[in-house]
Amino acid sequence: MSRISDLLNADFETLRGALDRREISAVELAKESLRRARATNASLNAFVTVAEDSDALGQADAADVRLDAGERNAVLGLPVAVKDLILTKGHRTTAASRMLEKFTAPYDATVASRLKRDGAVIVGKANLDEFAMGSSNETSFFGPCRNPWDLDRVPGGSSGGSAAAVAARVSPFSLGTDTGGSIRQPAGFCGITGLKPTYGRVSRYGVVAFASSLDQVGPMCADALGCAALLESIAGPCAHDATSSKREAPKFLEETRRFRDRETLLGLRIGVPKEYFGEGLEPDVRAAIGNSLAALESSGASIVEIELPQTRYALPVYYLVCTAEASANLARYDGIHFGHRSEKFSEGTLEELYAMNRGEGFGDEVKRRILLGTYALSSGYYDAYYRKASQVRALIRRDFERAFERCDVIAGPTSPTTAFRLGEKSDDPVSMYLSDVYTLSLNLAGLPGLSLNAGFDAKGLPIGLQLMSRWWEESTLLGTAAFLQKRDPSTLRLSPVAAAFAAGVQP
Amino acid sequence: MKIYEPVIGLEVHAQLLSKTKAFCPVATEFGAEPNTRVGPVSAGLPGSLPVLNEEAVELAVRAGLALNCRIAERSVFSRKNYFYPDLPKGYQISQFDEPLCLGGHLDIPLAEGGTKRVGITRIHMEEDAGKSTHFASTTLVNLNRAGTPLAEIVSEPDLRGPFEASAYLRKLHAILVYADVCDGNLEEGNFRCDVNISIRPLGQKAFGTRCELKNLNSFRFVEKAIEYEIARQIAIVEAGGKVAQETRGWDAAAGKTFSMRSKEEAHDYRYFPDPDLPPLVLEAGYVERVKGEMPELPEDKKRRFVESYGLSAYDAESLTATKSLSEYFEACVREGATAKVAANWILSELLRELKDVEGDVTKSPLRPAALAALVKLIDVGTISGKIAKTVFDEMYRTGKSAAEIVEAKGLVQISDTAPIEAWVDEVLAAFPNEVESYRGGKEKLYGFFVGETMKRSKGKANPGLVNEVLRRKLGSTA
Repeated sequence: MSRISDLLNADFETLRGALDRREISAVELAKESLRRARATNASLNAFVTVAEDSDALGQADAADVRLDAGERNAVLGLPVAVKDLILTKGHRTTAASRMLEKFTAPYDATVASRLKRDGAVIVGKANLDEFAMGSSNETSFFGPCRNPWDLDRVPGGSSGGSAAAVAARVSPFSLGTDTGGSIRQPAGFCGITGLKPTYGRVSRYGVVAFASSLDQVGPMCADALGCAALLESIAGPCAHDATSSKREAPKFLEETRRFRDRETLLGLRIGVPKEYFGEGLEPDVRAAIGNSLAALESSGASIVEIELPQTRYALPVYYLVCTAEASANLARYDGIHFGHRSEKFSEGTLEELYAMNRGEGFGDEVKRRILLGTYALSSGYYDAYYRKASQVRALIRRDFERAFERCDVIAGPTSPTTAFRLGEKSDDPVSMYLSDVYTLSLNLAGLPGLSLNAGFDAKGLPIGLQLMSRWWEESTLLGTAAFLQKRDPSTLRLSPVAAAFAAGVQP
Repeated sequence: MKIYEPVIGLEVHAQLLSKTKAFCPVATEFGAEPNTRVGPVSAGLPGSLPVLNEEAVELAVRAGLALNCRIAERSVFSRKNYFYPDLPKGYQISQFDEPLCLGGHLDIPLAEGGTKRVGITRIHMEEDAGKSTHFASTTLVNLNRAGTPLAEIVSEPDLRGPFEASAYLRKLHAILVYADVCDGNLEEGNFRCDVNISIRPLGQKAFGTRCELKNLNSFRFVEKAIEYEIARQIAIVEAGGKVAQETRGWDAAAGKTFSMRSKEEAHDYRYFPDPDLPPLVLEAGYVERVKGEMPELPEDKKRRFVESYGLSAYDAESLTATKSLSEYFEACVREGATAKVAANWILSELLRELKDVEGDVTKSPLRPAALAALVKLIDVGTISGKIAKTVFDEMYRTGKSAAEIVEAKGLVQISDTAPIEAWVDEVLAAFPNEVESYRGGKEKLYGFFVGETMKRSKGKANPGLVNEVLRRKLGSTA
């Protein structure tokens, strides 16, 4: 058991401190991270691509030079896994699709260039559901990613690889994207912390678009402080994204630390929506969330019952909006300019070429959503589906506005269940869609939300607690989460895979 | 046979003169090497996002103001979905149910005199596609033009024939060029026209079934295609048939329209608001500022030409028909030519020479300074108007200056009385009978004496002096 291995398993502050005090080097960390990535990839399959040594160690070496020169910032020299939906120049960026199997990103996404600017070390491209469409990572063309808490179970999705990489402590950080829960649900299933920022907080430039009005990039880390550090690097205005907000990002790390170190949570009002505790919620999940609420209350927060009456419409509205947008966003993958080109095609019409390229290049879930979205936008159906969905979306947003008049944070389960078995829901799209029932509304409203571990069920699987706040108040979420994590470090327990690393055993 | 009335509405795509593309900072440039003016956004690369070009917005607003439209404080960009290799994203960013400009109008001159007001339904912004070039077994795509900003200007179905349609187009073209919105270059496809056309028995209110004629890029093609299409539709109806709603193309070589796709084959574009672009909201005072910076438009220029140059309304109208012609005229005046004389030379001699290029004065080999020099020679009496026509022809063909030609050919006007008196004497002596008749009252013969005198001077005699001497020597008629 080495010092480096210990530190990679440690919380953010410990790791950051060791690096800043030059007790360890960024190169040593990157080496260990790459070693773990390669050692686990056959079993976990968290990465579509693990970075080349020359590439990652070169970045780490540059970070060491900056650290030695006295430069300090929250992510400098720390390994990060980047969801393979985010373009990183010179790396293959696949969106976990056969369609982009051979696509090398010719430019950096804004979030990638900011990480590079700040000296984070990209150690690999994390696995995901194809084009981020899925809740279990099973739709990946490169095979499913597995949950480090139980290799027979899914890590959640779509940012399954990002969550698993952190839960296995392959890298301390990862970037995910969240369109309907794709950061929070896998964070919950894998027992880590993941934040979906306010829509517009983080640039979408260079992120393969799934549903443009819902997609956000966000940080994933073992703890809330790490999420704050990563968010601070990637957040803020971007001239390449017309939907990114012009407001400057606050000092998330500093604000989160300050919140964490409060004596009490007096004055903080926690709203509990009764709609999030209905049918389908597993008893263990209900119990763990109850415990978290009790912990918040005993720390001085007040608990208020609230209503989000439109919640029941969130699922249908979400699947109309996201599929409609996806049907247009994925039109560019036609095999002409880029994307999979069928080798079977020799002669025929342009339409036949498109059909072959797309028929071979896309998986079933992607096709299902393109078909749904195309239908929802079709002449004669637009008003009944897309327009109606947009109207209800405004009502869902209003639900939250009203709720936040009475509370500062809304708390509830991230998902109705803990991680399910591989294959358990893959033939039943609707039951798969229902695993995101608590997370979708937030994206429709553009609000920020966070999932942190609230304990474990009888099977020892992590349970996610979801916190939501007003627009632009990520610091409140990160702070509340950090406060809880400081009070109860057991929620930061290592997964079996990470624990095996700590024990020096090859997992 | 019944009398039929054609009902025509036009959709014009005008390329906005912005330095960069509609949604990314890549230069718009005609004639660059294929696929060299392409960035992540215009190539539709995964992850790329559009950011609206503010210069293009300003140009589109200017177009709206020049065409008397109401500028919407809030407009929305939508995606128009269809698959084609020169459309890399698989959708075109356009505006659909909430366009930038609404409800304008344009007054066009009518053949029978007077003007007609043609309604403008809307103007919206959109991006151009790339260009496909088809070969026998393959198609090549050039994306340099992809993402170039366009204003689509949609007229009401107010036009009633090829003449009105072409008058509308010419006027619209002139206004957009005046307003510096579009360079109007037809060959480069920077001003293209789609025609919606139907026929109905004269007096009937309801519209007939319309056809859309696609992508006509010359005024003459528009006229011809409309003429052909009117005849085609009438023939169908007269034969008891029904016009099919369809999209048709124009085969310039055959002089015919042809079916491209039927209504059933028409695309369902599945428009929806582009989630990558927030609604375009113009801040208070924006439209006023654009209005204040508007370049001089044809109507204002025409008024100014009458007031400051003393031109007739007719000449002023003719000289302001295109921006380039009006600028040519003003350049001549700046070079010292008398305004009225310059106007006459431009409107008669110069435009006659430029007939083959539709009066495009930018194609004239004779630059304004050269024409002004000729006008000045007339003004100071160095050459006569008649000689000047010869000089003009030679200048136009050889590119030599007026002074050179006059000098080389010895064309300087003779304004000495002595030689003129001698020629007049010669003429009177040579034609005694005619002199007799003239003096007996046959006044018409006066021109004959002038002609004979000028002939003897080889056209160089000052016509005023010839008159003076002739009148004196002939005496008054009986």
